[in-house]
Amino acid sequence: MPVDMRTYLGHVELANPVVTAAGCAGSGPELAQFFDLGRIGAVTTRSITMAPRAGRPTPRMAETPSGLLNAVGLQGSGVDAFLARELPWLAQRNVRTVVSIGGGTVAEYTALARRLNDAPGVTAVEVNLSCPNIEDRGRVFARDGAASAEVIASVRAVMRYDVPVVAKLSPDTADIVSVARACVDGGADALSMINNPLGMSIDTETMLPSLAAGTGGLSGPAVRPLAVRCVWQVRAALPGVPIIGMGGVLTGRDAFELILAGACVVGVGTALFHDPYACTRVLRELEELVAARGYQRLADVIGLAHRPPGATARHRTDFEESSL
Amino acid sequence: MQVTGTVLTTRQVDAYHALTVVAPGIAERFRPGHFVSVAVGGSGTSMLTRRAFSVHDVKPDYGGTVEFVFAVNGPGTAWLAERRARDTLDLVGPLGRPFPLPRDPVTCVMVGDEYGSAVLFAVADALQRRGCRVDFVLGGATAGRVFGAMRARRMAETTTLTTGDGSLGMRGGVTDVLPGVIADVRADAVYASGPMETLRGVTAVAVEFDIPVQAAVEERMACGIGVCMTCVLPVIGDDGITRMVRSCVEGPVFRGERVRFDDVGTIPFDAFGAPGGGSRNAG
Repeated sequence: MPVDMRTYLGHVELANPVVTAAGCAGSGPELAQFFDLGRIGAVTTRSITMAPRAGRPTPRMAETPSGLLNAVGLQGSGVDAFLARELPWLAQRNVRTVVSIGGGTVAEYTALARRLNDAPGVTAVEVNLSCPNIEDRGRVFARDGAASAEVIASVRAVMRYDVPVVAKLSPDTADIVSVARACVDGGADALSMINNPLGMSIDTETMLPSLAAGTGGLSGPAVRPLAVRCVWQVRAALPGVPIIGMGGVLTGRDAFELILAGACVVGVGTALFHDPYACTRVLRELEELVAARGYQRLADVIGLAHRPPGATARHRTDFEESSL
Repeated sequence: MQVTGTVLTTRQVDAYHALTVVAPGIAERFRPGHFVSVAVGGSGTSMLTRRAFSVHDVKPDYGGTVEFVFAVNGPGTAWLAERRARDTLDLVGPLGRPFPLPRDPVTCVMVGDEYGSAVLFAVADALQRRGCRVDFVLGGATAGRVFGAMRARRMAETTTLTTGDGSLGMRGGVTDVLPGVIADVRADAVYASGPMETLRGVTAVAVEFDIPVQAAVEERMACGIGVCMTCVLPVIGDDGITRMVRSCVEGPVFRGERVRFDDVGTIPFDAFGAPGGGSRNAG
């Protein structure tokens, strides 16, 4: 029996819980040559900025055990080019699109949200809070609840009511739950976690940092336990808030782990670099896993790991049938 | 497309390894200059990035085979070097923009340094089929690191070899002998592949002679399909604007004079979206 994989991001229904993670799917056409983007829950764009950005110098990437350090620096051609070419391309194909936005000031985020407001094809807006705040000595917004909430509140205020605003949180903060709570209080309809924690690697041949930027964001299975912990803690504190969980998802099992921790949508990121078909494979494997556990609806397993130890999971049809 | 191919043969060519993999879908679509990306480490590997290799040769055997050449310089390539016949490999390809070919029968000099030479033989074949004259200049640090000298001698009008230590051919680099070769054969175009520094030198020579140069760059890639944005280099566009372009989808073959080789590894101040252009704000 097929599993009902529908899930909700706020009031927006997604056909299934697998989305691409921001910055890992190019602008759409790159992955569309491998699979139909309409088959996954949504495509998340790279973080769109007001002005074009050339990004960081190379080397931008270093492989680490079960992980990847990257310092791309939000390369992109800016919101104008995005609205003129990339978003219409996705909209024409009816691909559900979560638009990630990045800025250096609250005003820049707000201006971006205003630009996206009347653009057709925006399913949700994900606010990348891991950008340096130039009004606060370049410290990232996501490390501080008040700064994050200010951005979220101003984006929420200008964004059309029917477009959910998602706050993307970073694990590089003293207390992710308090940042999450501040964002929800600021008006976030959903939360997304985790953005890459900062890492670094040094080339012992050249005796210099491996990345031109020095430090970079760590992604891949190396950060998965960190992601599961963050999703778990935020779900426990804010059980009613939809969570997009991401961080090192390579297989359906990994996606299931985040869903059990409380995510209702799962982002696939670094896996796409290894396997262009990762999204559809993760979706298939996840569906098989949920079915194998005896569930017919994805909604029944979201956050299931939070049930008290020893409690029988509800809605398991195989249990009900055996207790005749 | 993605193919799980079976390794047909493995061979060691001096300092390099060559793997031939049965991958009909890739072989069918191949054009000279294309590359493939290979997943390394097997299932459950801790190595997440794919390794990109230019295709040395395709053959029609077994529905289509693809051969690529590599040097062991890390745990990923070491794993690849241990593959044996009948092992399977996860390949994605053919990827990238292939070499453009001239319409008329012209004289082309193929310049290859180290195992970068591997990509040139398929394009040399294609050029000869179009009636072009082909001459080779191949180099390497030592005799063992010059790839494909025999094949070049068989197919080319002239072949000039260089080694850094003088153990084979002329002592020096390919760029030292290139001006002489271009002048001797009255070359109309240059096709080049090798490390960035070599391509920089080759392009400078070609510009001196005012002939076009098609250069296949070797930039480190993570995905090979254009989503990771890590393999960028500064390239001047048709409109005169320098952009940080991805060598996997906009390349790996570029018109040499368009690549700002001196600025590779930096963001030139005048590049599209460079800091200072009013966009330094965001992360």
